[in-house]
Amino acid sequence: MDFFFIHLLNALLSAATLFLIAGGLSLIYGVMRIVNLAHGNIYAFGAYVTAWALGRLVAGTPTPVLYLVLPAGAVGAALLGSVLEPTLLRPFYKRAEEYQLLVTFGLLMILGDVMHFVWGPYPLSASALWENSGSLSIAGNPYPNYNLVVIAIGGFAAAFLWAFVYKTRFGIVLRATSQNMRMASALGVNVNRVYVQAFTLGCFMAGLGGAIIAPSQSAVLDMGVDALVLSFIVVVIGGLGSLEGALVGALIVGVVREAGIAWFPEIELAVLYLMAAIVLLVRPAGLFGRAS
Amino acid sequence: MSTLAVALEARSPAKLLVWVAPIVVVLLVYPWVATQYQAMLLAYGLVMAIAALGFNLLLGYTGLLSFGHAAFFGVGAYTVALMVKYLKVSSMELFLAGAIVASVLVAALFGVVCVRYTRIFFSILTLALSQVLWSLAFKFFWVTGGTDGLRVPTPALLGFATAKGDKMDFLSHTYYYYILVIFFACVALMWVIVNSPFGKALQSIRDSETRAEFVGVQVWHHRWVAFLVSGVFTGIAGALWVPLNGLITPDNLLWTFSGKIVFMTVLGGFRAFAGPIVGAVLYNYLEAAAVGNTVYWQFVLGTVLVVLVLSLPTGVVGTAGRLLERWRGRTA
Repeated sequence: MDFFFIHLLNALLSAATLFLIAGGLSLIYGVMRIVNLAHGNIYAFGAYVTAWALGRLVAGTPTPVLYLVLPAGAVGAALLGSVLEPTLLRPFYKRAEEYQLLVTFGLLMILGDVMHFVWGPYPLSASALWENSGSLSIAGNPYPNYNLVVIAIGGFAAAFLWAFVYKTRFGIVLRATSQNMRMASALGVNVNRVYVQAFTLGCFMAGLGGAIIAPSQSAVLDMGVDALVLSFIVVVIGGLGSLEGALVGALIVGVVREAGIAWFPEIELAVLYLMAAIVLLVRPAGLFGRAS
Repeated sequence: MSTLAVALEARSPAKLLVWVAPIVVVLLVYPWVATQYQAMLLAYGLVMAIAALGFNLLLGYTGLLSFGHAAFFGVGAYTVALMVKYLKVSSMELFLAGAIVASVLVAALFGVVCVRYTRIFFSILTLALSQVLWSLAFKFFWVTGGTDGLRVPTPALLGFATAKGDKMDFLSHTYYYYILVIFFACVALMWVIVNSPFGKALQSIRDSETRAEFVGVQVWHHRWVAFLVSGVFTGIAGALWVPLNGLITPDNLLWTFSGKIVFMTVLGGFRAFAGPIVGAVLYNYLEAAAVGNTVYWQFVLGTVLVVLVLSLPTGVVGTAGRLLERWRGRTA
């Protein structure tokens, strides 16, 4: 039973980061109808910025200060996003989807090597925060407290986003633009501004996902490409463009991965991709998506 | 449409010969004037050209962007490697036959699933299915060697030509011509396909699915056959590629490799028949130059891709055609 509890916590842990990455991807698709292949490396960028920022601090810095530095990656990724959208993506909204995929694929390659150039080929670890947080004991097994913090951050992010999208004026504008860009524009919404804001928010989420993973798993170069396909599975299961879908999809993928690692490690990934393919076949818009 | 494309698209044999004959001559004499390395590089380019040609039947002629063509390339390549490992086969013709059978099976199955959708859903579905194969190759290491991959020795061609002595010499001459013959056959076959009534039906589907359906084209069935043919071409390329490389790893099944095939096709221009061929050969040189000169080759290629898509959406062939047209207009 306690063994089961630890598995559940691990499932929630991977669901928390997956939700942040996939939620950002889904938000961006929902508003501007772009599948952002560069999203994976924006997540990696967040991890690198946080790992770098934590690494700059002197040894022995009190843990609360370390936690204050943690969101640096999210802020960095948001800044990056706010620059990328108007310069590189804006010329492509009127072009065919193929071009959008290609340009973001190119961006994925470029960002990967920029990180390689800035932070070098070796993993950048920031384990001080993880170590300082200590651990608690679950049925005699130590479980790192930091993981519980990550789960909590994932939960808060989901609640915060829900409130943001459904309870604020900005959320209304965002949803209106997503449903009918022309109509929103005709009613006086500055669509370009909404696009920058949505893209920045999406990148902020991916960056936060990277930031919270950095202390426990280090920042490595190919983490972005790996995370991207996993978050594809999440958004395909949940429905492209739906935040609820991203949350449910992340929970499903988190649970299946954890079960897979425990009981069927050889076909863990294959099962995930097959699940995504089956959902696409049965409900092409995903569990929570609306047919366009 | 651009002049070059018109010249290539128009079925006037004389005009066609003017374009094709010099290229054929260059390809034939190349291994004798270039270094072994250069000939190998061109052989890689020709193999990828077959893959891109197959891919473009979907993108350029049917209007479906597959982000999972690494699956067929990998299936072709892994079939060869597994035939070496388990059946101790060494005949290239048997390899090709095996790769064709395997890629027909996989493409037929994937096709049934994928062609029900179009646009972004098609792209993601092909990506997801190709990732299934990648994860299997990655995890079942006792069969596939995992990330170490599987080694493939140089095969026997037509039952007699084998690599006795210099392996590089064999690959850059004998095997080069073997690839060249298959390359010509594939180009000719694809030419016949896209100019056949079937090819025209595909283009009508690309331009307007609804209208194509109204004039009696069975959209679903046509897309499925196109998917099948496309997959088999790419599978053949995979089978030809393995002996050249000597090793197959799961990297060639990963979705980023699919992205490479898309990159090549767009580089050449997916609206022209010759686009994917030119694109694949060019990309190969570009990648070799970038990898040879800097560790940041992905940055170089990514920048090329972004600039290309921003400024030359019709690719190298399309742009060259337009320039040629303008030049002719000025001199006329």
